[in-house]
Amino acid sequence: MSRRNARTAAGQPARMAVVLMAVAMFVAACGGSAASVSPSASADTSCAPENLALKTAGVLTLSTDNPAYSPWFQGGNEGSEVWIGDYNNDPVKGQGYEGAVAYAIAEKLGFTADKVTWIVTAFDQAFAPGEKAFDLLLNQVSIKPDRAEAVDFSNGYYDVAQGVVTVEGSPIAGATSIAELKGAKLGTQIGTTSYDAIINIIQPDQEPAVFNTMDEAVAALDAGQIDGIVADVPTTFYMRDAQLSGGVIIGQLAGTEAGAEQFGVVLQKGSPLTACVNTAIDALKADGTLDALLLEWIGGSGSAPIIE
Amino acid sequence: MATGSARKGLLVATLSTLVVAAVLAYTVGTSPAWPEVQKAFFDGRYFSTSLPAVAEAFTINVRLFIIAELLILPIGLLIALARSITAPALAPLRIFATIYVDFFRGVPSILIIYVLGFGVPALQLDGVPKEPFFWALVTLVLIYSAYVSEVYRAGIESIHPSQERAARALGLTRVQALRYVVIPQAMRRVIPPLLNDFIGLQKDTALVSILGVVETFKQAQILKAASFNFTPLMTTALIFLIITIPMTRLVDRLAAKDRNAQLGGTR
Amino acid sequence: MAAAARTRVPVLELKGLKKRYNGRLVLDGINLSLAEHEVVCLIGASGSGKSTLLRCADLLEPIDGGSISLDGGRVAYEDRDVDATRRKLGIVFQGFNLFPHLTVVENVALAPRVALGLTPAAATRRAKDLLKSLGLAEKAREYPDRLSGGQQQRVAIARALATEPKVLLLDEITSALDPVLVAEVLETLRALAASGMTMLIATHEMAFAADVADRICYLEDGRLIEEGTPKRIFGSPRDRRTKEFLRRVRSISGGRRAPGR
Repeated sequence: MSRRNARTAAGQPARMAVVLMAVAMFVAACGGSAASVSPSASADTSCAPENLALKTAGVLTLSTDNPAYSPWFQGGNEGSEVWIGDYNNDPVKGQGYEGAVAYAIAEKLGFTADKVTWIVTAFDQAFAPGEKAFDLLLNQVSIKPDRAEAVDFSNGYYDVAQGVVTVEGSPIAGATSIAELKGAKLGTQIGTTSYDAIINIIQPDQEPAVFNTMDEAVAALDAGQIDGIVADVPTTFYMRDAQLSGGVIIGQLAGTEAGAEQFGVVLQKGSPLTACVNTAIDALKADGTLDALLLEWIGGSGSAPIIE
Repeated sequence: MATGSARKGLLVATLSTLVVAAVLAYTVGTSPAWPEVQKAFFDGRYFSTSLPAVAEAFTINVRLFIIAELLILPIGLLIALARSITAPALAPLRIFATIYVDFFRGVPSILIIYVLGFGVPALQLDGVPKEPFFWALVTLVLIYSAYVSEVYRAGIESIHPSQERAARALGLTRVQALRYVVIPQAMRRVIPPLLNDFIGLQKDTALVSILGVVETFKQAQILKAASFNFTPLMTTALIFLIITIPMTRLVDRLAAKDRNAQLGGTR
Repeated sequence: MAAAARTRVPVLELKGLKKRYNGRLVLDGINLSLAEHEVVCLIGASGSGKSTLLRCADLLEPIDGGSISLDGGRVAYEDRDVDATRRKLGIVFQGFNLFPHLTVVENVALAPRVALGLTPAAATRRAKDLLKSLGLAEKAREYPDRLSGGQQQRVAIARALATEPKVLLLDEITSALDPVLVAEVLETLRALAASGMTMLIATHEMAFAADVADRICYLEDGRLIEEGTPKRIFGSPRDRRTKEFLRRVRSISGGRRAPGR
């Protein structure tokens, strides 16, 4: 499942993309990085830190959106100048599932924590044409074939499942089957494959409400404007525990589990780093690091009944 | 002799336009990033796949701007009349109308829709509707009534005061003078600027996307996020243009007609 | 008011009329009274206060001193029923001020219908009769911009008469017209005077004034300098300022003396 925690308002992404392209070109022109270097393919030594084609030599530039929510990023935001506000987390802490995975990948690539830097990238910026400002982006982005035409995806580092959360007293609070959700007004965040899950799996009678941020979906659920929210399972738990008053987990949608969808790291299309990142992720899978991180940051959030 | 120079002028105009267009096309087309940008924004495949969904979602925008306009036109007129009240006893009405106009023209529309669309339903008041479509409608009506009232006011004030004086001299009351003499004339004058505001309203219906309603802009955003391709936004832009351009031309024609009438009718 | 006998109470009486614009005194204690069927012409240079006097008399502007009486009753701009009073006073302006969005007959019928409450049919009938009496019957369905200036001015007169006013005030109504068209309008006024209409006319047309007026009043700097019959005013003016004004006017018109009545 892909999720975008952007606080991006309903601006004009097209215009923003043009502006960003200009900015990106400017950055590319000013940056001293060898962006046009194409390294030789697949030799192990090409993934050594000094051979990588980075935005800034010697530093791995990671990126995620602002705000960065639990359980993907945790540890709070004390001392942060960018990731400010309630519920926000500074990725620099390396906590939360994606925070931890990011630093694990960096380490496999040969970058210690002090050689890693974070920048903010809004959802639309991640795939707008032109030079990216980051090397790697982790933002709960689902790998999809169409999307892979615009950016490079690494191999998956998380299997996505979709869940449904509501509040006490809502018409679907006691639902135990997908059929019981058909009459509901559901909501989700734009850019997430949760929307696809609603349309394809639940197939409700009413068009779902699609918000720019999950915050707004939560506000709408609180106000009774929607009956329930569909999001990835860890996020539904976070909403129930931290954001909603009287939140109730209905369950996980059958047909959305186990490898059907995966999060991947986003890179510039045709980036020479992609192969190296894949090597790192495969290594982390093989030595059990990913499983351990999953258990540490997400496994404890409870299990949801599977809704058929 | 006149047709000769006119024909030469047309030739020069055509040639210069073609030259500028060719230079632009060349500059853009040969820039290194162009293929990537073209694929991201003007992909034919995504255009055709997005068109049905985006066009269908546009019916929500149409419903919104038609209902809104039907409310905005009378409400705007009432506010304009409230601002032209002279009776001291009714001064609070005039002051309220002035504050109303200043506020809704001064605050960005996006803020108003956030406050009204998310804030009011959150109060959970009995009997107050929650549907985002309703609050989008309320927001647009409040904002555009303010703009439209200024258009009416300008129209009314553009009618020479001698007209109202002539009507009062005949023994018509102020209300009668406005109703039978001033406002009918003002109506003719304000149609082009009212149409302009209507076009603005049509575009601003995209604001309702903030409240979660899947109208045409939100639908385009959904498709864009799913594919990481911006072309669906171009599809939406095209649909808006198809609706607004004929109206813009109509405004030009009406404005020209009004101008000619004003110039030609003087004696 | 009995139509046959000439009554003692003046139809329109201005006593000590004062008016200020921006502190400047534009009317300085005007005393003027108009008896029924009387035709009084105001003459004087531009800025002498003729237009202001007529507008104040028509209760279109507030006054700063003095009083206005209609048929013996005090009337004022500030009256609550001032609209009703204005129906009894008709005024025609230099710029005609016809309503361009209405046809000629609609222009004339508007006040009877809306202000007097006549039915549309009755109002239209009255309008048509008035237009016919002024020779404009065939223009009834036209819009004002299709008429000549003289015709428009006559429509304005018809419009002012439509509320059956007691007094007709006319503010230099031929000054904006082509000289060719002036005659037809003056002819209309002559006919009105002959039919007994009480009129207060501000005009530059000395020959016309001499011909039609019962009295001439000369205004200068907001004061009524001299009044009297046309024969006396034009023939043997008493005041130095009146003489000066007439001398200037006559030198413009080529030295022709205005004929006495």
